[in-house]
Amino acid sequence: MIVRWKRYAALGMALVLTAVVLGAATASGEKDSSHGRTGHEAASAVQIARGKYLVRAGDCIACHTAPGGQPFAGNRMIPTPFGVIYTANLTPDKATGLGDWSVDDFWRAMHLGRGRDGRLLYPAFPYPSYTKIRRADVEAMYAYLRTLKPVHSRTNPPELSFPYSWRRLLLGWRALYFDAGEYVANPKRTAQWNRGAYLVQGLGHCSACHTPRNALGARKSGQALRGGMIPEQGWYAPDLAADAHGGLAGWSEQDIVDLLKTGRSRKGTAYGPMAEVVQNSLQYLRNSDLHAMAVYLRSLPSRRAEDSAMSSDAEQLPAKTATALVARGRVIYRRDCSACHQKDGRGVANVYPPLAGNSVVRAANPVNPVRAVLLGGFEPTTAMYPRPYSMPPYAQRLSDRDVAAVVSYIRQAWGNAAAPVSPSMVGEYRSIPIH
Amino acid sequence: MPRFVLTVAMAFLALLSWGASASGYTPASVPNTLKQRITACTSCHGANGEGGTNGFNPRLAGKPATYLYHQLLNFRDGRRHYPLMTYMLRPLSDAYLHEIATYFSALDTRYPERHPPRLSSTELARGRTLVHEGDPGKGIPACQACHGARLTGVEPAIPGLLGLPYSYLSAQLGAWRNGTRRMRNPDCMKHVADRLDARDIRAVAAWLAAQPIPAEDRAQAASSPGHDLPLRCGSVEIGE
Repeated sequence: MIVRWKRYAALGMALVLTAVVLGAATASGEKDSSHGRTGHEAASAVQIARGKYLVRAGDCIACHTAPGGQPFAGNRMIPTPFGVIYTANLTPDKATGLGDWSVDDFWRAMHLGRGRDGRLLYPAFPYPSYTKIRRADVEAMYAYLRTLKPVHSRTNPPELSFPYSWRRLLLGWRALYFDAGEYVANPKRTAQWNRGAYLVQGLGHCSACHTPRNALGARKSGQALRGGMIPEQGWYAPDLAADAHGGLAGWSEQDIVDLLKTGRSRKGTAYGPMAEVVQNSLQYLRNSDLHAMAVYLRSLPSRRAEDSAMSSDAEQLPAKTATALVARGRVIYRRDCSACHQKDGRGVANVYPPLAGNSVVRAANPVNPVRAVLLGGFEPTTAMYPRPYSMPPYAQRLSDRDVAAVVSYIRQAWGNAAAPVSPSMVGEYRSIPIH
Repeated sequence: MPRFVLTVAMAFLALLSWGASASGYTPASVPNTLKQRITACTSCHGANGEGGTNGFNPRLAGKPATYLYHQLLNFRDGRRHYPLMTYMLRPLSDAYLHEIATYFSALDTRYPERHPPRLSSTELARGRTLVHEGDPGKGIPACQACHGARLTGVEPAIPGLLGLPYSYLSAQLGAWRNGTRRMRNPDCMKHVADRLDARDIRAVAAWLAAQPIPAEDRAQAASSPGHDLPLRCGSVEIGE
């Protein structure tokens, strides 16, 4: 505890220094590249429709809707490692929403991460991704949001611990980790690739979960989409590279499109936080956009074997213990799992995902297969599959040792070659709060 | 098992699956039924919605469809709190939840054994009085006034109270008092639970859990569109 406190104190000091040294420079360096428009120009139906599509592509509704609340009225609690913040009301209510916001105000928030009053926004709002969105697209999103029914709903103030509660510190954070600027097309790549990169890096803000973060919550440089633990949620967002050592090894362009569009694919199923992203957002995207995203993801730089999703950081178990666990796991698998996932681990096409060769099952970080066994769950409802299948939760039926056994088995059977999982690790994952 | 044997066995398995793929593998067929789709529900609530054997997971079979549908929405949208249920329901559409609720509502199946705690005759008498007459002095209406003369519920949105485990019943009343179970406003059960003390909850839950199931165990039809309830109830007023 004391060590942890000291670490935070040190970080805080570093931040204060950074803010002081770099703050002024940053403030002057961040130019508002707005195009000088202020009035509310009449939006065309085409622009509004485009904005609606883009707002869906950005999955804005997910964070800006409280459980059971009005869509886009905000005030959803977002837990972060630094405290809790509440999301903004995006409806055009004058007192509590974006009613008085001009298109330039909205652009400044999306592009520069600043509120209408100029305040620095906390980067839980993923403006480090949204800064890449083109001005015309931001304007369309704004035009759509203005068509929503105004909802009077005041956003709670953030509940952050010191020193993070001191907003000025964000100047330092931004100097270190935020580069404002629209997406710049790569002329060596096709239009399709560039469209995919634009969506993945910008509006899709895939890196918010799929890129590992440092102690200050910033995405680690040079590790884009390499997979990481999602802050506060306890799920591992997999590496998205499709080469031999990547998290999507063996996935075709169509497999990726299928997962994003329907929640299911030949190679795996969307569950946990990704199921919601598919349900709220990705299933509505045009096939051309999904293919573009898949093309871009499949071009991500190849991973070295030692960094790959398959190399293990799981704790080492004595060989004898591991062998006994795997043997026991095989018995449990035959009893509880093989009716759906099949004895050969190949699953049933488009119903139950395969476990053999499944990159999530084999990932270095075993948290997802362990939690999938504990919690079970449904695939998302999508237009393609409105009545999804499900997996029972085993948290109440299997002990830590039995969960460790069956997960160790599926990580080693059928040519999967990942490290076994210890019962104590399962105990740790069992206590992760479910959000 | 010696490691060598295991390795050989793995290699053999791998070869087998490779062989299968090479020779045109036919996947197993899965029943295209709702029952097969919702094993996540039935693994805790029983294959036919009869309820779990752990004294907590409640019976779903035969409960009014709108009541069940409201509970699914309440869990998904944060008015009822059980994190595993919320997690299960979050990626599902209203239409699918409605179908699942209707499915369980139509099931008719045995009741699991219940093991209510043994209470003194005074305590049981208190439970019986609360169920049949309420406690007008404390502003508590009789359970029967809303949940039906047979206590088997009233269509379409009021659940029956019989055939449920003691721990489930007492936990629900406690949850309403603590605000971790809610319904759409006005929350009539909050009004009731706030007026019950811990001894009342124990007495009423134990008395209900000890009752035999009447031959006619389905929810009764709503007597009139307004169904004269002693309290205003959000979940009854909104209907579907």
